[in-house]
Amino acid sequence: MNRAVYPFYFGVATLVVYSIFFVVPGIMGIYYSFTDWNSYTDEIHFVGFDNLAKIFSGEAKYLSYIENTLVFTISTVVLKTALGLLFAIMLNDGIRAKGFHRVMLFMPSIVPMLVVGLIFKSVLNPATGLLNESLRAIGLDFMTQKWLTDLNWAFKSIIAVDIWKGVGYIMIILLAGLQSIDKTYYEAAAIDGANFWQKLMRITIPLIIPALVVTTVLNLLHGLKVFEAVYVLTNGGPGYATDVMYTAIFKEFSTGNYGMGTALSSVLFVVMTVLGYFVIRLMSREGNER
Amino acid sequence: MMNRGILPVLRNSIAWILSAIMFIPLLLVFVNSFKTRAEANGMNMSLPKAFQWSNYSIVIEEGKLIQSFFNSLLYACGATVGSILLASLAAYVFSRNRTRLNKAMYFYLIMGIAMPTNFVTLMKVMQWTHLINTQTGIILMLAASSIPFSVFLIYGFVGGVPRELDEAGIVDGCSPVRLFVSVVMPMLTPVLVTVAILNFMGSWSDFIHPLYFLNNSDKWPMTLAVYNFFGRFQVNWNLVSADIVLTTLPVIVIYLLGQRFIISGMTAGSVKG
Repeated sequence: MNRAVYPFYFGVATLVVYSIFFVVPGIMGIYYSFTDWNSYTDEIHFVGFDNLAKIFSGEAKYLSYIENTLVFTISTVVLKTALGLLFAIMLNDGIRAKGFHRVMLFMPSIVPMLVVGLIFKSVLNPATGLLNESLRAIGLDFMTQKWLTDLNWAFKSIIAVDIWKGVGYIMIILLAGLQSIDKTYYEAAAIDGANFWQKLMRITIPLIIPALVVTTVLNLLHGLKVFEAVYVLTNGGPGYATDVMYTAIFKEFSTGNYGMGTALSSVLFVVMTVLGYFVIRLMSREGNER
Repeated sequence: MMNRGILPVLRNSIAWILSAIMFIPLLLVFVNSFKTRAEANGMNMSLPKAFQWSNYSIVIEEGKLIQSFFNSLLYACGATVGSILLASLAAYVFSRNRTRLNKAMYFYLIMGIAMPTNFVTLMKVMQWTHLINTQTGIILMLAASSIPFSVFLIYGFVGGVPRELDEAGIVDGCSPVRLFVSVVMPMLTPVLVTVAILNFMGSWSDFIHPLYFLNNSDKWPMTLAVYNFFGRFQVNWNLVSADIVLTTLPVIVIYLLGQRFIISGMTAGSVKG
């Protein structure tokens, strides 16, 4: 009965398109990671673990791609969650024009990352950028920096720009979580003489754990896949100090080192698929309960 | 409480400061898009002496923006329609008929939310299917990459559509296709609108697919065109700003019109706990 009313062939086209253009490249990539596939010759040779050995055996460049990606991911996860929660708590009540602020804070999330990158290339320009100009105008000249070309600042600037773009989104999710908390808990706590911290740690955070899990997962997936922010702001520079996995893959791709590019991509693929397996299992279980 | 008088004022001013921090960079570009080249050199917030509307016409001509605009529109609409159709069909049968196989297939589809794309081997696939450097290819890739999240959102919604409606349809003699198109799909409208807006904005903003796979500037979407324009006219921030405004305006307009759907879609699944 069910099979006749809800035929499997309805889903076949979806599975085919998704498999061919999404999954197959990922799995093929694992095979090509073990080859010297490049743009100079049509022959593809099997080279075993050469590419992977290069990545993991300490050729500084490759390890720094992995390290940068992890640093970017961890810092954006932590900072976006902390700032997002702080903003959400502040905006949760007692604010006039709440709708307006919500629209404003969410706005950067919908602007294309490429455009955000270009805008901040101007804002962070050391000579004429809005940030340094403003610092000079209020007499904080010593704080001005070459934000995108100074080795100490370039990567931090990229992280800051990504936080600027993404924190509003995280805040909205957490705000929705906060609004689902019953006010009576806080009233009871106030009667018992609880202070702000006690309320935060004992009531707010435990009750918005589901929302915090979601924001962490979103930030994690976003962070590991970062590309445009780095590509536009510094293109990996100075040197390769700010290169992450996806920009490194693009560089290998554009210089014709397909084997190496796909090896890097496969490392990311395996890590994210394993990680994703557990996350998605959690997500699909929640979906079934409803 | 002693600080009842100060706290709300403080909260409200912080809210305004935060909103300003989010909005000023966007406003900066808008203001500078109307300046002369010399005025825009400093890229500050001072207002232009006279509005240079000609910046926009220069950008449209120099950057071949009309072509790019329609390319972007084609890719975004094509990918949106394609992904909605594919995702809703799959989400519908897999949600309604929860056999072991279908559950596994649903899981397989939404695994894509976490999986990264391997663009290097994707190129090989595009060569095999003769879709490299074609507009159809871009549309298919964009549709495929938005299938996982779309299926996830629609699947959750199908569960809330009462099965009694399906049964009524069957009694009235609907074929499976008719049942889906005339009975179930109309019930899915809210989630389909959300998914459509999200996918449209995502495809419009996409930069990485065309960067890898389109080497022909006639086929470039707005994002790639604006990036290329920036490379050529870096010193003319007034023109670059105008180009940025033209690229961003469509998403901002859609956002302001559909923000209810966007926020509900983007926060879906997060607050049910």
